[in-house]
Amino acid sequence: MAAVLPAPGHARLLLSGNEAVARAVWEAGCKVAAAYPGTPSTEMLEVLATYPDIYTEWSVNEKVALEVAIGAAYAGSRAFCAMKHVGMNVASDALMTLTLTGVIGGLVIAVADDVGLSSSQNEQDSRFWGRFAHLPVFEPADSQEAYAMARAAFELAEKHQVPVILRMTTRINHVKGLVTVGERSALTGGSFHKDPARWVMTPAAAGKRIPLMFERDKALRDEAEASPLNIIENGADKRLGFVASGPAWMHVREAFPDAPALKLGLSCPLPVEKIRAFAATVDKLVVVEEVEPLVETELKAAGIECLGKDILPRQGELAPSVLKPAIARLLGEPVPETSATPAQVFPRPPTMCVACPHLGVYYTLSQIKNLTISGDIGCYTLGAGHPWNALDTTISMGASMGIALGLDKGRGEADKDKRILAVIGDSTFLHMGMQGLLDIVYNGGNVTVLLLDNRAVGMTGGQGNPGSGKGIHGDERPRVDFARLVESLGVKPERVHVVDPYQLPVLFKTIREELKIPEVSVIITNQPCVLIDDYKKQKPFEVLEAKCTGCGNCVEVGCPAIHVTHREKAVKPSGKEVELQFVRIETAACTGCGLCVQPCAPDAIVPADPTQPIRLIKH
Amino acid sequence: MSEQNVTNILVVGIGGQGVMTATEILAEAAIALGHDVKKTEVAGMAQRGGVVSSHLRFGAKVLSPQIMPGTADLLVGFEAAEAMRWCHMLKPGGLVLMNTARIVPPVVDLGLYDYPANPQATIEARGFRVQAFDAMAIALQLGDLRLGNTVMLGAMADHLPFPAEVLLEAILKRFAARKPQMVELNRQAFEAGRAAATAAAR
Repeated sequence: MAAVLPAPGHARLLLSGNEAVARAVWEAGCKVAAAYPGTPSTEMLEVLATYPDIYTEWSVNEKVALEVAIGAAYAGSRAFCAMKHVGMNVASDALMTLTLTGVIGGLVIAVADDVGLSSSQNEQDSRFWGRFAHLPVFEPADSQEAYAMARAAFELAEKHQVPVILRMTTRINHVKGLVTVGERSALTGGSFHKDPARWVMTPAAAGKRIPLMFERDKALRDEAEASPLNIIENGADKRLGFVASGPAWMHVREAFPDAPALKLGLSCPLPVEKIRAFAATVDKLVVVEEVEPLVETELKAAGIECLGKDILPRQGELAPSVLKPAIARLLGEPVPETSATPAQVFPRPPTMCVACPHLGVYYTLSQIKNLTISGDIGCYTLGAGHPWNALDTTISMGASMGIALGLDKGRGEADKDKRILAVIGDSTFLHMGMQGLLDIVYNGGNVTVLLLDNRAVGMTGGQGNPGSGKGIHGDERPRVDFARLVESLGVKPERVHVVDPYQLPVLFKTIREELKIPEVSVIITNQPCVLIDDYKKQKPFEVLEAKCTGCGNCVEVGCPAIHVTHREKAVKPSGKEVELQFVRIETAACTGCGLCVQPCAPDAIVPADPTQPIRLIKH
Repeated sequence: MSEQNVTNILVVGIGGQGVMTATEILAEAAIALGHDVKKTEVAGMAQRGGVVSSHLRFGAKVLSPQIMPGTADLLVGFEAAEAMRWCHMLKPGGLVLMNTARIVPPVVDLGLYDYPANPQATIEARGFRVQAFDAMAIALQLGDLRLGNTVMLGAMADHLPFPAEVLLEAILKRFAARKPQMVELNRQAFEAGRAAATAAAR
């Protein structure tokens, strides 16, 4: 992306939480910013990369991203790192010792919790990291606050030489609101000072830093007690007083405008005394916090009586529609009637794209029996769904490798003839999968690995990675040669195949043959994601109605451009009753990949007649 | 308008239809009039053909970005079944502007679920008003399917607490900056959508 001229200071802009943080980080004079893409955090770095005079990068994983930011902060510059909640699990090895060294230049780590699981494999609460790693945590409640707190976080970080966590959630990252922006401050240029006792964490050196961390905890607690970000809004109805942070704060104000409420902006260390004083002014204290009962537990430990997860859900968002009935029940008031029950409509789960190169892979895998498939994180996780049902496990980035080896080594007698196959995308492989493959090779695992190289981090919007050979600005970078990479990890050259996933017979034959061989093999597919510039559209296809026999083979490919127009029951010569599915292709959407043409027995799928106007399919 | 003088508009459809862009333009129009605005959607996997619902709230001061079920002033459905899926979000007697075009998901093609027989009738049976028209056909007549979201914006034009011209200006301003050759077509799409909604109201 080309750098655009940033909007002038004092402009009032409609920004998402992610865009607001990007603006603030740039204004704060940050010099280095790094991230691995992940919903809902991706746009922070994506937008930051459009600003001038700041180094930005897509790192190979969150741990490396944090380490890059740490180095810059050690060098005395302001640094920023962004990740989704699960990214911090990866980065935490660095984080847990970083807290002992502290920083010189301000280091802000934005962590985006996917509360409500819009696009994640779990729902975890990143506020714990503040407690675990003894770091301050800011929790913005909207875009303007995200902007202001990101700026404040750099100040606090430098004042106490401590990395700061900016905890966001999907309902902050992806909500747009008006933000009044400011001007960019001058870059702070520091320098690295040699100080092994500070920067080399040997046991002896680290042991001496721990008491300093405890001292810092006290200073930070004083900051939180006095912080203008932790404020009380008075209210006339003192039956209940609320304590809330993040998006829950806005939901509380919306739902109970007359109740007193204490807002936590700098929420870790918890300003316990401020809350104790507030609790004394209301009949009952209710803690409204999304996900875990963290504030609630700390308050109870401090002897402050409060309600929380005993009346509110532990999962998902605490929107007014959740809060109002729960509080009405608590107060013994009539629960607001909800005539608002949704109408019953089919689910519309995310699908793979028309002509996605993964379609051929999953179509093929769905045709092979006696196979256990360990999967990974990316668009290809959708292979677990219909019509393929060709993915059996998914937990975390890169896990397909180790889990496949464990499925192999841990198999019982009943599974002795089962084949084990692992599916992983290029970016996920480079993020955390390579080590797992190395482990399979080193320990003699019998696993067939399908490495789906589509040259993009597809699910998050096609960002560059070392497999795409594109940098964050779309610039040319060295591109990983996957075949040579896996060979150098020890996979035998004859066990490495690069195949075109649109060539179904070749793909099928290669997978079948490698599954039979009792050693590790890697099959690399080599066609790009259809959403990136590398993908070239072909001429679309259509179905000759007169020729379609309703066999349904093409439907099993799973392309969203293929639609069933009608079904018929029929009896085969063998006497078996089958359901025929007659199809049409949405020509306006078809990009001519040819996948559906290959299993079509009667050759009913042909290039679309270009003289015909585009017709839309109506059911 | 809700109790707190905040207007709640819910725009729904599926990934790739321009739902989020349409809501963004609507937000820009509200900002131009000096309103506080919040806009939210959960769109993590939406670009993969999933459901998109975009909440827009504007007024003197907006707190929660989420519209409570049963409080939306206006529901704009870019797809028939999606309008039906979200109609419970409307306030009693609320208005649905609905594209009658059906976008059938793979789960229906695979025979796992049925597409609802008559989404419009189902919505009306719940006591909501419906103005239905085929926005995809209108867009195709103008020569470009992508005009569909401007058609839908045009349909909204006479149902907003501000003049239609403010919305049209926000649309044209956006295209003038990004795709000047599309300004005239978008003006036509806007007027066609506006006329279609008016005709459907009769």
